[in-house]
Amino acid sequence: MDHTPFIAGAYGIGAVILLWTALSPLLRKKKITQDIRRLIELEERSGDAKT
Amino acid sequence: MTIEKTIDNPPRKNALVLFIHKLGSPAYFYTFAGRFIPWFWAIFLVLTAIGMYQAFFVVPADYQQGQSFRIMYLHVPAAWMSMLAYVIMAVLGFIALVWRIRVVEILAMSCAPVGAAFTAATLIAGSLWGRPTWGTYWVWDARLTSELVLLFLYLGVIGLHNAIDEPRKAARAACLLALVGAVNLPIIHYSVKWWNTLHQGSSISLLGGSSIDSSMLWPLLIMSIAVKFYFGANLLTRARVRLLEQDLRKSWVRDVVREGR
Repeated sequence: MDHTPFIAGAYGIGAVILLWTALSPLLRKKKITQDIRRLIELEERSGDAKT
Repeated sequence: MTIEKTIDNPPRKNALVLFIHKLGSPAYFYTFAGRFIPWFWAIFLVLTAIGMYQAFFVVPADYQQGQSFRIMYLHVPAAWMSMLAYVIMAVLGFIALVWRIRVVEILAMSCAPVGAAFTAATLIAGSLWGRPTWGTYWVWDARLTSELVLLFLYLGVIGLHNAIDEPRKAARAACLLALVGAVNLPIIHYSVKWWNTLHQGSSISLLGGSSIDSSMLWPLLIMSIAVKFYFGANLLTRARVRLLEQDLRKSWVRDVVREGR
């Protein structure tokens, strides 16, 4: 029996799982940072409008 | 001691206690954790490169299992990490429930997705190792089933945490579930001793010596240390992101975003 597909499958799937687990919080951080930037801009604009 | 004396000479806290108090501050924790993350990733990558090179190019094939035993260098470190992540989550959960420290609640909850990923990797790699070795991808064996229960516990903690809107209430409920679920850890560990299982018993023991050849053992130890750094980097990254999310309107978060940290 050729073991290569099992070894490649295990490491391939393992790599995808661990890569996604590592990348997902970074993508989330990018989105939150953009939201906060937008929030700051909005607040600054509304502050300018008042003055 | 009179009240006046206590006010004049407040009791001295030792440096460690002061440091722990400081770490409880989200702003301080965010900066502190950020210093470690790149180092953890770098150590993880270096150790993984060494471990994988040895696992694939130095270690000989097993005399019984042939090449398929090389799956061990993913399966075993991931399995150890899946259990250790749960231990860390349960301990942090206990601290969070008793002392109500928000940063600790966040750290405990950040363990769950990483632990779940390691558990999934363990189950999938184990299943793909089982087919050429046992002739089947899956059996309802005590070790495999208890590891599957561990995955469900992680998913339960994540689900419960996401189901409650108020973050602190959600964390406390999920920490309690994490603590209750810790009962599964000795079951996983001793399953191969308590029941007659298809899964093999331990080959590596801290006290009683190992039945695995040292040429095969070293890459395994290197890989198991590597995944600890992966876990550390991922845990701190997730905790930092959750802090940003929860403290969205606080001034320290604005400073962090303005400075691009």
